[in-house]
Amino acid sequence: MKLPFDLPLNQSFEAGPEGPAVDAGWTEPPSRKGFFTDTSICIGCKACEVACKEWNGVPQDGIYELLGSSYDNTGALGASTWRHVAFIEQRKPLGGERTGVAEPEAAAPPVDLGMPSFSRPGESGDGERSEFRWLMSSDVCKHCTDAACLDVCPTGSLFRTEFGTVVVQDDICNGCGYCVPACPYGVIERREGESGVKNVGIAQKCTLCYDRLGAGKTPACAQACPTESIQFGDVDELRERARQRIRKLHEAGVTDARLYGADPDDGVGGAGAFFLLLDEPEVYGLPPDPVVTTRDLPAMWKRAAVAAVGLAATAVAAFIGGRR
Amino acid sequence: MSADRPAGVDPAPEAAPGANGRRRRGGGRREQPVVPDAKFESYYGRPVVKASPWKPDIPTYFFAGGLAAGSSLLAAGADLTGRPALRRVSRVSALASVGVSLYTLVHDLGRPARALNMLRVVKPTSPMSLGTWSLTAFGPAAGVAAVAELAPTLERKLPVRLRWAARLLGWSARPAGLAAAAVAPMVGTYTGVLIADTATPTWHEGQRELPYIFAASAATAAGGLGMITTPVSEAGPARRMAAIGAAVDLAAEYRMETSLGVVAETLHDGRAGQLMKASKVLTAAGAVGGMLFGRRSRIAAVASGAALVAGSVCTKFGIFEAGQASAQDPKYTVVPQRQRMDRGGSHGAVST
Repeated sequence: MKLPFDLPLNQSFEAGPEGPAVDAGWTEPPSRKGFFTDTSICIGCKACEVACKEWNGVPQDGIYELLGSSYDNTGALGASTWRHVAFIEQRKPLGGERTGVAEPEAAAPPVDLGMPSFSRPGESGDGERSEFRWLMSSDVCKHCTDAACLDVCPTGSLFRTEFGTVVVQDDICNGCGYCVPACPYGVIERREGESGVKNVGIAQKCTLCYDRLGAGKTPACAQACPTESIQFGDVDELRERARQRIRKLHEAGVTDARLYGADPDDGVGGAGAFFLLLDEPEVYGLPPDPVVTTRDLPAMWKRAAVAAVGLAATAVAAFIGGRR
Repeated sequence: MSADRPAGVDPAPEAAPGANGRRRRGGGRREQPVVPDAKFESYYGRPVVKASPWKPDIPTYFFAGGLAAGSSLLAAGADLTGRPALRRVSRVSALASVGVSLYTLVHDLGRPARALNMLRVVKPTSPMSLGTWSLTAFGPAAGVAAVAELAPTLERKLPVRLRWAARLLGWSARPAGLAAAAVAPMVGTYTGVLIADTATPTWHEGQRELPYIFAASAATAAGGLGMITTPVSEAGPARRMAAIGAAVDLAAEYRMETSLGVVAETLHDGRAGQLMKASKVLTAAGAVGGMLFGRRSRIAAVASGAALVAGSVCTKFGIFEAGQASAQDPKYTVVPQRQRMDRGGSHGAVST
């Protein structure tokens, strides 16, 4: 069906091969920047959460709440949580997993880190202690190649920076809240609170430390990470580094290791901030198959055009289809 | 990647001590599931996506915007076919409901003082942007048409040398009313795209039906209000508009409820389920009552019209609440995505 909507909508809403910054109109931008968060060497210290709050002046969002989720009393990413360290306790051997940046060796015996066990020695009856592992992962905005928050923003407050990242302009956002349900990862949120709180009423999320990037610095979280679990750099290089890391981990017998968000063919065109995980994404609170909602928008507009014509036709029929 | 799930602490809500798992069970789950609950994993039962921060302002706007659109279509038709009573109330209703729309839209903003920032850009990727522009075109046109109903009175009351102003207003009524009616189908429909263009499971999965439901619900509401406010002799078009709207609304809602898989639970459970049930009963009763007795009895017309208007309110609030509930439960995010991957429709975000 040929509709007037075909004219602007034949063009794709998705980023081209030149990368998101060029696609957004930047000429000769610097290389795309992002994070590779290798959760296999995260020690759950939360230095990233603290560094982010301190550098960006992010207000507190609850001090004394105990969530009953291992060592995680932060809960989730949100308007005032731009890095969130997840803690998952599992009955599973550590395998070759070790703390620190050293590469695991296949022959190395598991290291007893003195972590708590689910059963006391001897309790299980067979003389063995149950095995235990702790998954820790520092979550962050994915800075999607095809970013739903940016697409749906009606004010132009959300924009694509020259580094290919996605940033809210605090002085433009009017707090319509549309980006919040649009994000497939539940990252961005409107800051609620009393008037007077910084940026209250507007959408807030990680900026990949846009100010620090502009000065040639590393984002605060990556700078503070003591194990280099959070690595900052050019997305192309980080992807290659991640592939090598996966290969080494698989060779060392850590077959659970997998990349999340590193594939440019996924539902968001690849994430600028991607992860090495040791279990399924949903275990960490991540969607297994996120898709940018605007991928379906041209089809939605066409259906709306049909429905709108139908509404007009209904009105016409109501006046001509009967006596009075 | 190993396919087997590691044995261990199941982070699903049943096993995890997360507070959210307990809270969300209070919502009146009553049904015996036809299929056993789909198994899924989550992070302490917490939501994956975020529910919209929208307050009841927004479903109120969905209703009012639809009513404004439908009313301006009725007003234009009544104007062209010589039905002054229907024209007058429909024009006034269009202006009043677009006024409610603007109030609720601004009131729901986190920074109402920055409402005009909506007009900084025109973005086809943002249904809210295009919708704001269509409302910006619609509002003044509907306003002129409605205020022009006062032109004859004004002409009598104004001093002679100022009467030209009243006459000008009178002349502009029809062009303004027709302009409003031209934009009205967009105003009444785009909201269905607005909520479908999100990661909220019920809304996004309902993308095939929502524009039709919202357009039909606009016709139902405006037709119903016309039946309440217009003498039966002139209300024929309102009755027919409401009847067509109700039929399309019920058919599209049925299709939505039967095609969404596990996500359809959100349209049946809790407050959203009650609202959706009420919407169907009220819409069907109002449409049938209006067609059978609306021509003969004013009382029956008013009762049927009220049922139709209430049905439209329930539709908008029900779909809104169902979407909010679907975002608050990780099941409705994770299970459909896993099913899509299992069907081979997608390889997901994991790679090695």
